[in-house]
Amino acid sequence: MSSPTEARQLTFSQAVNEAIREEMDRDHRVVLFGEDVAAAGGVWKVTEGLLDRFGAERVLDTPISEAGIAGLGVGAAMTGLRPIVEIMFGDFLPLASDQIVNQAAKTYYMSGGMTSVPMVFLTSMGAGRRLAAQHSQSLQAWFAHIPGLKVALPSSPHDAKGLMKTAIRDENPVIFLQDKVDIYQKGPVPDPSHEYTIPFGRADVKREGEDLTLIATSSMVRQALDAASELAAEGIESEVIDPRTLAPLDEETLLDSVRKTARCLVIDEGYQRYGAGAEIAALVGENLFYDLEAPVRRLGAMDVPVPFSPTLEDLTIPGKEQIVEIARQMFED
Amino acid sequence: MGIKGPTTEQLLDMYAAMWRIRLFEEQAEYQSGQGKVLGALHTYIGQEAVGVGICAHLTDADYITSTHRGHGHCISKGADVRRMMAELFGRVTGYCKGKGGSMHIADFAVGMLGANGIVAGGFGLATGAGLAAQVRESGQVAVCFFGDGAVNRGPFHENINLGAVWRLPVVYVCENNQYAQWTPQEEITLVTDVASMSSAYGIPGAQVDGMDVLSVYQAAGEAVDRARRGEGPTLLECKTYRFHGHNFGDPQQYRTKEEISDWSGQHDPIQGLGDHLQREGVLTAEEAESIRNSVQEEIAGAVRFADESPYPGPEELTRDVFSTPVA
Repeated sequence: MSSPTEARQLTFSQAVNEAIREEMDRDHRVVLFGEDVAAAGGVWKVTEGLLDRFGAERVLDTPISEAGIAGLGVGAAMTGLRPIVEIMFGDFLPLASDQIVNQAAKTYYMSGGMTSVPMVFLTSMGAGRRLAAQHSQSLQAWFAHIPGLKVALPSSPHDAKGLMKTAIRDENPVIFLQDKVDIYQKGPVPDPSHEYTIPFGRADVKREGEDLTLIATSSMVRQALDAASELAAEGIESEVIDPRTLAPLDEETLLDSVRKTARCLVIDEGYQRYGAGAEIAALVGENLFYDLEAPVRRLGAMDVPVPFSPTLEDLTIPGKEQIVEIARQMFED
Repeated sequence: MGIKGPTTEQLLDMYAAMWRIRLFEEQAEYQSGQGKVLGALHTYIGQEAVGVGICAHLTDADYITSTHRGHGHCISKGADVRRMMAELFGRVTGYCKGKGGSMHIADFAVGMLGANGIVAGGFGLATGAGLAAQVRESGQVAVCFFGDGAVNRGPFHENINLGAVWRLPVVYVCENNQYAQWTPQEEITLVTDVASMSSAYGIPGAQVDGMDVLSVYQAAGEAVDRARRGEGPTLLECKTYRFHGHNFGDPQQYRTKEEISDWSGQHDPIQGLGDHLQREGVLTAEEAESIRNSVQEEIAGAVRFADESPYPGPEELTRDVFSTPVA
């Protein structure tokens, strides 16, 4: 037996694949379907090998019908299965939005608790792959806005595996967003003999620091950590915190950090206007206004459709340089 | 292949069930006028033969999905009129603890997966329930009730195609009452015979007189049997008519009084079955009256139950948003 500390290096997609495989082994009610998830193994290789292992009864290729398959998942979840529905690109969630927002999210409440809807919408998010405006969006704030939905967006393969296992076991609909710019990035993941899950609503402190809190999600965590290294060389010690789930949100951990540092910058790749950053900034402002040494700042994608050309696309996504620049401003008088 | 029955007992049950729907909804409209039933109220009056004729083939283990016009489906599937009325009154004893109202009544104990406030909202749910049944190899069937208006929404196409290609045990039942809210069907679609659309999905389609419960019963029997045998879905269209408006209080300027009285005078499904049973010597006029009176009593009891029930307290407000996770 290898010890948990002897972590292997897995990509995000391998880590999520392993989580799904373990949960399908564990619970025969878990089924998986989506466009090209079975025979082809998914466009992000997240579902590779699952058809062979679990058979065509539990791993199904669907037509290109997001509204249809999302609704199918809700119905199956209401009647005893625990479906994972892959929506290939987060940009296609709007095609399935009625099923997610009006059916999945509300059924438990509208029925007075008669039936829960245990299911996962597995999807991708984020820019950076030169896929232009309809394949690059980060719509997590849309769904975090809706009571009855949970939203997870991991920033490491380790977190991706643990959060996916929790998502599958959760009794409620979960939107699980994989940042496609990082999907083949490797990171340490414990050996399968060391099973773990990561609870929702528990933020992770990715780096400790006393001077500034950087609250970042998905691939923005990597940007924030890079920025933190650069700022450390200038004598600014940043605490980098990843909420890991936007709904539920670990308000306590975020506020504790800002209480300590008195400065806060939020980085989320969704459009900045009305985005997750706005929600977290408001949370900090409402609770800690008198403790702050500088106004709370936020960084999100620019409020333009994501452009195709690399010279333009790169300008729209928050990056290390912008984080460093804003951080420096926060220490000016 | 012929569908056996219905037996005399089933016929009398169907007759009583149609009265139960009719009198429940007449009472719900009255209580709406009294301010006891709040919000939107869409009645099934005139369409009773469809829900009753189809659900006669289903057990509590089978599933149905419904529409905003859902009371008839609930009652056809065996839901308790007391808890239904309490839900319409917004009381905590209602099926949804008063959090759903008319458009969201569900009763999972009898396989009723819920009325639905979204037109075409049931296609995915019924098809998914069919998938669950197929995965479990349980022999359960799922019936999706929808109106002619829902045919023009995407989930009709997406889910019937899915149900067809995976041969799921689902029956798609179009209650073609000829109006999408206030708009006549022929003004918004060239294909008014919905059953003919089955050819687009490679499944059987059938069209029946939805005002005649015996015709509905026969066609539904074949469709349900086919689904149970694992041969896949059927698109069953029942031509019907809603005697009241889209919702209670609808001034109905889009149709004539003559059209309404023609349908309700000559095609009333309850009258039709009652006459048939009397011709067949199964039921006397006195017995028919007695069934109606007995249902009337039941509905009066439902109103008393609802009226005497408490409203939900504020502690209910934040309950049931999320189900507690179980590992």
